[in-house]
Amino acid sequence: MEAQTGSYKVKVGLAQMLKGGVIMDVVTPEQAKIAEDAGAVAVMALERVPADIRKQGGVARMSDPELILKIMDAVSIPVMAKVRIGHFVEAQILEALGVDYIDESEVLTPADEEHHIDKHNFKVPFVCGARNLGEALRRIAEGAAMIRTKGEAGTGDVVEAVRHARAVLGEIRRLQTMAEEELYTYAKEIGAPLDLVREVKELGRLPVVNFAAGGIATPADAALMMQLGMDGIFVGSGIFKSEDPPKRAAAIVKAVTHYNDPAILAEVSKGLGEPMRGQQAADLPAEARLAGRGW
Amino acid sequence: MVVRRSPFAIAMPAPNLLPPEKVPAPRGNFAVGVLALQGSFWEHEVMLRKIGVAVREVRRPADLDGLAGLIIPGGESTTIGKLAVDFGLLEPLRTFGRTHAIWGTCAGAIFLSKDARREQPLLGLMEITVERNAFGRQVASFEVDIPVPALKTVAPDDERPFHAVFIRAPLIETVTPPAEVLARLEDGRIVAARQGHLLATAFHPELTADTRFHRYFLHLAGWGTDR
Repeated sequence: MEAQTGSYKVKVGLAQMLKGGVIMDVVTPEQAKIAEDAGAVAVMALERVPADIRKQGGVARMSDPELILKIMDAVSIPVMAKVRIGHFVEAQILEALGVDYIDESEVLTPADEEHHIDKHNFKVPFVCGARNLGEALRRIAEGAAMIRTKGEAGTGDVVEAVRHARAVLGEIRRLQTMAEEELYTYAKEIGAPLDLVREVKELGRLPVVNFAAGGIATPADAALMMQLGMDGIFVGSGIFKSEDPPKRAAAIVKAVTHYNDPAILAEVSKGLGEPMRGQQAADLPAEARLAGRGW
Repeated sequence: MVVRRSPFAIAMPAPNLLPPEKVPAPRGNFAVGVLALQGSFWEHEVMLRKIGVAVREVRRPADLDGLAGLIIPGGESTTIGKLAVDFGLLEPLRTFGRTHAIWGTCAGAIFLSKDARREQPLLGLMEITVERNAFGRQVASFEVDIPVPALKTVAPDDERPFHAVFIRAPLIETVTPPAEVLARLEDGRIVAARQGHLLATAFHPELTADTRFHRYFLHLAGWGTDR
């Protein structure tokens, strides 16, 4: 047998190796090094963290390849980077750079308001955000090898990530009680391919790794998402917008490993300095919400 | 092979990604541990329980008590190493490995080695040196069939090669006695090694449905001889 690269198995497989870990947003090689030293399993290379994208406004695009390459040189762990929804040429560029995972992200300004990228066309794996089971399965049908909650990025408010995690996991639990003949209408209602609905019913979980993202700012937030049933954690603005990033980063890593051990969670939560100030997601006007992007 | 029920079927279940209620309950007193700091520990647990062996997740030194062996899963070796240091596991793991079977897959193999050409915490239990990310970045990750003659120990009649999944994988650069080579790629590069009851693979048997490597590890851990 010839060696086979870019298969769906190795795409999902890398996400399986990231499970139980923390993926951190970084905007410089120095931050990437801090993240790696704190125990991050991967970094997301960006020009601006979501909190700044929110504040500064304008069109948010793929980061400068030069910055991404510098971050790739700085660390030995996998490097992810974001492309705009539907912008398959940005994805081609990131694949050419050798990025390890692409996040087709609602945090950037969408390039296509109807279609996502056909992710089967790439050797590099993709992660996509989802607010519910239908959205998650549409992304998987398009070739996503990993799913994350959308949450509400850049707020430091975990409430939307909790909402999306509960939606996906709750819908999977309900699906498992459905009769075979109910699946056709259910698949139609949630706008997901029938075969994937069947597969999820059989597996009792998504067929790919499922991380939490969007508003996680403390070790307790991270452990909350893990106890709800997520496979791992993305932390965006929560680390480098806090008072003591190295300490907070290391504490969140420990909290994800020991998410079921309140004594350790109490220990690692001590004396971390100010968390990011944040912004209540409920106060955001509809047009400032990022989670609604994606179709 | 997965049976495709629909011509539109695209996704394939990632092997061994199952929720707890779908995993068979373990049998017997013999138990092995899986280091559950980060990575593919759940996939290893599913494999071991399919075989019928009791499994315990190991996060703290006391979790090692009474185990016959330990698997160190794939994941990020820097993360696993750092957490092992932070939670005081380095010395207990070294002590355990001197008398018990340990198997490291990918990151776990790096962690077992004595040199990874980089400043990071290692157990240094095996006389092997490794090169991290030796094949390049994720786009170079691959799957391939390789011969592993040692698996005949647990599956004498099984002639199949082993389907090896390499993900940002390391290579085993040097193997010094008493360590020995267990498997190579077609071009001769070393991807599995054994040293007594210690086992290192650069690839991920926990991402397949083939239990031979897990049974081989259980054989090194003394499974079968205690029954």
